[in-house]
Amino acid sequence: MHQSILDFERRRYLKIALALCGVSLVAYLWHDPRSPPNGGTWLGYTLGGLGAALILWLTALGVRKRSYTSTLGSLQGWVSAHVYLGLALLLVASLHAGFQFGWNIHTLCYVLMVVVIASGLLGIVLYQRLPQQLSQNRAQQTSDQMLTELQELDERTRRVAANASPDEVLAIEANIAGTRIGGSTVAILSAQDRSTVRLPDGPAEAEANPGQARILEWLSARLSASDDAGRTRTLTDLVSLIGARRALLRRLQQDARLRGWLSIWLYVHVPVTFGLLGSLIAHVVSVFLYW
Amino acid sequence: MSAAARAAELGVSHVLLEQSAAHANTIQRYQKGKHVMAEPNVLPLRSPLPFAAGVREHILEEWGAGLDRLGVNLRCQSEVTRIEGERGDFKLTLKSGESLRAEHVIFSIGVQGNPRRLGVPGDDLPCVQYTLDDPDDYQGETIVVVGAGDAAIENATALARQNRVFIVNRAEEFARVKDGNLSLVLKAIEDETLGCFYKSSCVAITATTGAEAPYLLTLATPEGDTAVPCHRIIARIGAVPPRKFVESCGIRFPSSDAAALPELSAQYESNVPGLYVIGALGGYPLIKQAMNQGYEVVSHIQGEAVEPADEPLLADKLSKLPGMLSVTETLQRMQQRIPLFADVNPLMFRELILGSAVHCPHEGDVVFRRNDYTNSFYTVLDGSVQIEFGEDGDSRRITLAAGQFFGEGSLLSGRRRSATVYAGAGCVLIESPRRDIVKLMSSVDSVRSVIDRLFIVRAIQSGFAPNTPFEMLEPIADRARLNRYKRDEALFKEGEPGDRLHLVRSGSVAVSRNFGGREVTLSYVAAGNYVGEMGLLGRTLRSATVRAAVPTETVSLDADTFAELMAHNPTLRSEIESVMRKRIVSNAQAQSSDAGGDLISFLMRQGLGEATDVLLIDESLCIGCDNCEQACAATHGGTSRLDRAAGPTFAHVHVPTSCRHCENPHCMKDCPPDAIRRAPNGEVYIQDNCIGCGNCERNCPYGVIHMASTPPPQPSLWASLLFGSEAPPVESTGQGKAPKKAVKCDMCKDQSGGPACVRACPTGAALRVSPAEFVEFVSAGAAER
Repeated sequence: MHQSILDFERRRYLKIALALCGVSLVAYLWHDPRSPPNGGTWLGYTLGGLGAALILWLTALGVRKRSYTSTLGSLQGWVSAHVYLGLALLLVASLHAGFQFGWNIHTLCYVLMVVVIASGLLGIVLYQRLPQQLSQNRAQQTSDQMLTELQELDERTRRVAANASPDEVLAIEANIAGTRIGGSTVAILSAQDRSTVRLPDGPAEAEANPGQARILEWLSARLSASDDAGRTRTLTDLVSLIGARRALLRRLQQDARLRGWLSIWLYVHVPVTFGLLGSLIAHVVSVFLYW
Repeated sequence: MSAAARAAELGVSHVLLEQSAAHANTIQRYQKGKHVMAEPNVLPLRSPLPFAAGVREHILEEWGAGLDRLGVNLRCQSEVTRIEGERGDFKLTLKSGESLRAEHVIFSIGVQGNPRRLGVPGDDLPCVQYTLDDPDDYQGETIVVVGAGDAAIENATALARQNRVFIVNRAEEFARVKDGNLSLVLKAIEDETLGCFYKSSCVAITATTGAEAPYLLTLATPEGDTAVPCHRIIARIGAVPPRKFVESCGIRFPSSDAAALPELSAQYESNVPGLYVIGALGGYPLIKQAMNQGYEVVSHIQGEAVEPADEPLLADKLSKLPGMLSVTETLQRMQQRIPLFADVNPLMFRELILGSAVHCPHEGDVVFRRNDYTNSFYTVLDGSVQIEFGEDGDSRRITLAAGQFFGEGSLLSGRRRSATVYAGAGCVLIESPRRDIVKLMSSVDSVRSVIDRLFIVRAIQSGFAPNTPFEMLEPIADRARLNRYKRDEALFKEGEPGDRLHLVRSGSVAVSRNFGGREVTLSYVAAGNYVGEMGLLGRTLRSATVRAAVPTETVSLDADTFAELMAHNPTLRSEIESVMRKRIVSNAQAQSSDAGGDLISFLMRQGLGEATDVLLIDESLCIGCDNCEQACAATHGGTSRLDRAAGPTFAHVHVPTSCRHCENPHCMKDCPPDAIRRAPNGEVYIQDNCIGCGNCERNCPYGVIHMASTPPPQPSLWASLLFGSEAPPVESTGQGKAPKKAVKCDMCKDQSGGPACVRACPTGAALRVSPAEFVEFVSAGAAER
């Protein structure tokens, strides 16, 4: 009963887009102008007008998305059409240009359009594959709930550490303080763990602690050197708590990564669209000025 | 207060006895800054004291000033422990031992009860309190909370944020609390943010000059006596309901039902002449009503013929009726003509009519149609109606004459109307809202038993024996049994001998079978349908287990009774057999889809068995953009009624926190201004006359209602894009001036195009499904995966 945007209404918009591409291609092949095919022939103007209209309508999705009381189709239908007609635009614009490119405003417009379409294509691929992973990774918790669980885990770890020596207490505090989830764009998108820890008997600068590896190493060393039963028990508990922490951090980082990817393509898609609109206006105005 | 003010106004000797330290105890205990409403708005106020909607403090001030101005003889800290005597000569004994004499006594003590005192030496010290206004008022103190109920847990965990808190529990576990509170307190104790003394009780409280804390609480624990230094003791050990006290004065209650109210005359007099009951104790929880009653009862005692406040409203309502009788006479006539209401006391009947509507439809007019979502109750005052069962080709009509009633089916089960009703000649109908009839049924035994019985007869008639005359069904119906099941309780189990058929009256049940040790849900059956028929038609052992998915009521018939029914109706047997065949086939299909059964099981566990329309999100399509929430907020004045992320997930189907528009809405159960209604298409919505009491929020088991005030308007998209406009900041919770009202999903019933959340989902992840479509939904999903 749930339909994805690609399957919407039995791929109605795929069929429309294919029809559009088909008609444009046939017209282009049949058309035999005196000069090489370009945007100035009657077919060129037709395809250009069509392309410009398409660009404007595609941009209008941003407005439709926020018109919550609108009953002009459903948003899902608009998005489905946006995807397929956006892809068809690539062919329409290329045929309009007659594949003539140079170092000018017209080609800039074309290039920006290609960037927008490419980022959109990336978006589709991400939307098809990532939500499932996001859901599985979440395992029924929201990201806020995962963070709360991390806090509670940290509290428990602190209490257990209180039964160990002051060095362990300091190390645990440093571990918690040095935790990083996400960070820079690259760190988020690659789920890189940039956590650090400044151990009490270690160097002055904090050491790298990806996946809690350094603190685990340190704790295990002290565990194997322990000869007191009580202390051994405490350290064993700490090790298993840190193990649980590691798994949770991994999930949080993965969650941030997936959400990052799900939104980053839009940071290209939308701003470049406005660049495209600007260059489109420049392109159309200059064409008619230099008629 | 209002009664005393009227007495003062008339110059009559009076005394207003208040057990607490100041007037209007219940309103004193409202939280600071609470907005008090003055429902019902249509009712005029009659009292020497003013009352209008406003902030608690202002209202208390005005009342205080009014009491002073009129010279009301108010005595505080004067709890009455006994009343003896008779009209003209009552003796009231106070807690202090003092006694007073009075000619008439008016009870307006409400139903809140008095907090139970600790009852140990030192419980009058200033460190002991029985309420907690604002946990953030106290910081860095050591506080002991005595009690093991919801209130104690909520207070203790809230205080534990900024104080050192201990909880004293008389028993060895927290037995009678809500699930959420139980896990909260156990976790807090495990995490040591809260200390708990189990099997302990208070012995004494003393003031000390100790360095640690100004007071010492001595507790008797299993390990002996322990002294706990503390700054504050908060006792939440329950309230003593006033019923015992009221009964000890001779006032009778009609039943031992906790919701029962004392029997009163039209002038609010109880069965003891001279003792009057007004306000919440008499069944009128709203402030304005109680104030009016105070005025009226004193005026009546003084011999003034006072027209009740609702008289002009009733006169208007009854003006449609022919004849020139007074309101009281008309009401009397009505009670005489309608046997169902004959035993209802005139005051209650008056209130019922006040909430009802009188209709005079023309012959042939449709009163309601089959499958309508209305749930009001109709009585025929004059003329007749025709009830049409069955579909177009197959319909039969039966006639109901004056004095009879109809519409009880939907009222009791929450399902759609099962028949179309047409008005006959000269028809006059009284339409009463569901809530009022339900209240009447719980107060008046005769009303309940008549409606129940008739419901059973009609259910049997429409379900099984449409052509059998009523009279022949009545003895059969008398042998039917009414059963109530808690959630997850089994009606019957697989393998048991089968001897009864169950007609589901309200709620819904899940049918499951055991496969290799696991109970797999095969289907679910909603109210208005029956289960267990296979056991009656020759197969003797139950082929499946049937459990209530939500609290359910059924009407069951045993094999002999059912055989009698079938004897009267030759086609009945083949009808039932055909239903049975369809079920066997669909169960077999469901059985082969393991995952499908699990998914249905999950949906049932979320209580979706009683939903009529639920939002389901496919997490393999959801990108978490929250456009659904934004759409909900944008179409509902800025507050989203949907919490997308919260809620359980199973097999990529996520059930967000959003109203399910239950068949028998839990929220409707106890709404004082009756603000929660059902629209003709089934949407449950909250009207503007909500008073913000929060009952619906507490009653909803799914947490879909929350209290919110209207946020300031958001700037438009263009304004925020071009000028960077922002909405003004919303004042922090608790301090805001705007009153908080209950908000929840209303299925966008006022919007064209349907639910905004579904329309605003860009990837098609959000979908609204009704339970009838669950099986289709699940198998479509199973086919894809």
